[in-house]
Amino acid sequence: MAEKKKATTKKTPSKKEDIKKVAPVKQEVKKQAPAPTAKPKAAAAPAAVGSTTKQEARVGVFICHCGTNIAGSMDIDAVQESSKSIPHVAYVDNYKYMCSMPGQTVIHKAIKDHNLTGIVVAACTPRLHEPTFRAATKDGGLNPFRFEMANIRDQNSWVHMHDRVGSTEKAIDAIKIAVAKAALLQDLYPKSVPVEKAAMVVGAGVAGMQASLDLAAAGIKTYLVEADTSIGGRMSQLDKTFPTLDCSQCILTPKMVDVGRDENIELYTYSEVHEVEGYIGNFDVTIRKKARGVMTPKEAEAKGIVGGGCNGCGDCETACPVVKPNMFEVGMKPRKAIYINHPQVVPLIYTIDFDSCVKCGICVTACGPEKRAIDLEMKDEFIKVKIGTAILATGYDIFPIEKKEEWGYKRFENVITSLEFERLICASGPTGGHLVRPSDGQTPMRVAFVLCAGSRDNTGTGKPYCSRFCCMYSLKHAHQIIEKIPGCIPYIFYMDIRSFGKMYEEFYYRIQDEGAKFIRGRVANIIEDKATKNLHVMTDDTLLDRPIDMEVDMVVLASAVQPSADTNRTRKLFGVSCSMDGWLLEAHPKLNPCGTTTAGVFLAGVCQGPKDIPDTVASAEGAASAASIPIHKGEVELEPYFASCIEDKCAGCGMCVNLCPYSALSLVEKDGRMVMQVTEAKCKGCGTCGGFCPGGAIWMNHFTTPQIVAQIDAFLLGGEQ
Amino acid sequence: MSAPGNFAIPERGPGIWQPKIQGIICNWCSYAGADLAGGGRIQYPPDIRIVRVMCTGRIDALFVLKAFADGADGVLVSGCHFGDCHYLEGNYKAAKRMFMVKRLMKSIGLDDRRFRMTFVSASEGAKWGAVVTDVVNTIRELGPSPITEFKNK
Repeated sequence: MAEKKKATTKKTPSKKEDIKKVAPVKQEVKKQAPAPTAKPKAAAAPAAVGSTTKQEARVGVFICHCGTNIAGSMDIDAVQESSKSIPHVAYVDNYKYMCSMPGQTVIHKAIKDHNLTGIVVAACTPRLHEPTFRAATKDGGLNPFRFEMANIRDQNSWVHMHDRVGSTEKAIDAIKIAVAKAALLQDLYPKSVPVEKAAMVVGAGVAGMQASLDLAAAGIKTYLVEADTSIGGRMSQLDKTFPTLDCSQCILTPKMVDVGRDENIELYTYSEVHEVEGYIGNFDVTIRKKARGVMTPKEAEAKGIVGGGCNGCGDCETACPVVKPNMFEVGMKPRKAIYINHPQVVPLIYTIDFDSCVKCGICVTACGPEKRAIDLEMKDEFIKVKIGTAILATGYDIFPIEKKEEWGYKRFENVITSLEFERLICASGPTGGHLVRPSDGQTPMRVAFVLCAGSRDNTGTGKPYCSRFCCMYSLKHAHQIIEKIPGCIPYIFYMDIRSFGKMYEEFYYRIQDEGAKFIRGRVANIIEDKATKNLHVMTDDTLLDRPIDMEVDMVVLASAVQPSADTNRTRKLFGVSCSMDGWLLEAHPKLNPCGTTTAGVFLAGVCQGPKDIPDTVASAEGAASAASIPIHKGEVELEPYFASCIEDKCAGCGMCVNLCPYSALSLVEKDGRMVMQVTEAKCKGCGTCGGFCPGGAIWMNHFTTPQIVAQIDAFLLGGEQ
Repeated sequence: MSAPGNFAIPERGPGIWQPKIQGIICNWCSYAGADLAGGGRIQYPPDIRIVRVMCTGRIDALFVLKAFADGADGVLVSGCHFGDCHYLEGNYKAAKRMFMVKRLMKSIGLDDRRFRMTFVSASEGAKWGAVVTDVVNTIRELGPSPITEFKNK
């Protein structure tokens, strides 16, 4: 029945036709899929059904040496020899680098010369080269889904480097397993779906802002969601940036203004992503716009208050009686319950911190009857938007360095973190740029900088990784105090100075010449002199090989960084994995650092791992470019791993309907009885339904029950069945 | 040469039993974690053979039983951590089924230590190595599957 249709449509398709046909042919898939009789045992039956050439499966096996990566750990000749006797194998070959052009040509040629119906490449991992070899299979004239990979590198030669016999046996079995599947593979056609011409960027630090500006410049509507009341992120808290020493605000604020006025960017500050549904090209995202208690001019106009809304005059702030620490200034300056972070905020709209607001209403009076911007009864709003792709740029927080008790942060007044230093030395900071000791307001003349504070720490308290930018900003801090406080000496306690960027090493030399003192040794302990509040920094100078006890006026801890507090929640919404230390996991560390394993979701900036500003901006531009590709293409291909129903077997029990996490399944009446029906657009191909169906009535394309059972049999029964 | 890691390279040859362990693992977490173990050159015993599925939710309890019926000495199912499933909740559903398999194994007199479900994320290469080493050591302790012995009689 259905297979006949299949055979006629698929008669030796030319390459060009094949590409163009993608969309129309997808209709066939559904009809064709349930056709196989799905007898787990009978290997021959499904093979005949799916075969393009209507003949016994003929599988070609191609073994890659990967230089010596694979060939160095196993006996390739033995693997090739035993592969020849595996059922269905029609051709075996090996090559030094299968993924290279000559390697792929070997595949093309063999498909034609030996009339192959399935391809097995025994090489690295499908997570790296499945797309490459699928393309090669397609170029050779076969359906790309007739390719199966045997992983003999990442999960074999690299992990059994000292066990040549075991490694060889495992490779032979891996090929048997792959061949068993390849013999049963069917032609599949990816489904094309249109892509919504809009993107979302989560986090409006320098990465998120740059990504949004790039997307907007490419003509893409961009929703920029920021949890804080203003955009700008960590960079807006910094004073100067290394190694050029230009002022952070001077280079950032113009960008913030650009973001604020770009017509393609819809800015949601004081908001968070609440819910994400859908898939690449068609994400439905709900944004939770937290009640900020103050209306923008636009919102006021919508409420009929003409000429009203917040204009940032600050009258309310002056009137507000509630005083709280300003977290933008790391708690070193007070703010009111109604506040802005700093005068350059974008958007210039006040926010009420409802956790501390006493709702006295004085601000409402101060705001006046014209503007009427303040609404103390404001509620959170939920806004639904549809986007094609998303970029996560959730940034970082400072590691709570008080956990390293030996350095006395929060116990000793004159021990501060580098972010506090940054605010103290900043002209717009709480002290107007005068570095003072928190204990007595005096100018310090001896300042110790403790590097790797919490980074490169294997004790379990700190972070094992290098936070990458602390060395450089500490050098910059040293420069700043030498410049601002005549006679003040910076002492830098370091393990290694990692000045790896462009002009960084030169900057390091410059700071050495300016008179900063470098002491190589990890600080073991800091003790406070109770009378003077001076600090004794204890370490072992590893270059001079002697213990050091140095009295200083102030200690600055170059604290490690960690993923921002909300990163974990956000990543789960978008289905992105994280590495052991919580940084978001890229699709490939070298070849796809901006992508994730969730199609259509990309990473920018520090949320992927510590980066300095140049690297952050570069990664943001990379992510923006990657995120704009599907949008400009207009459609994306989804892997055709959908479920489908073998209606003859379906009892209509409906258990699968409740199992599906995407509500893709439903029961419909057909020929007087209930059967399950799949909405392919919703199905993501997890197979949870197929793993459960008591009647075996669900056919999971590319991971069918006969295929998986054949794989198990191939290993345990030797492929003979 | 001795291999680093918590295992010794066993003697091989005709007539010497080697454990046959079937691994069925999910594409997004455990398979990626196993690849990462490769990238990190984390050494573990080679006695496991992997079948990749998109999600552990795809794993029918019958696949596990089929592997045992075919003569597997052990089966390892591995997926994402709870809450990290690429398909939201496939691993929860798989875990439920796998508990059922364990109960069934107990009641038919097959040591349920031969079957294990673990959770290894894409960033846990070292954990994957440790899991496989532990599974192999357990199966070596338990010896050949009674089903194989029964079949050979």
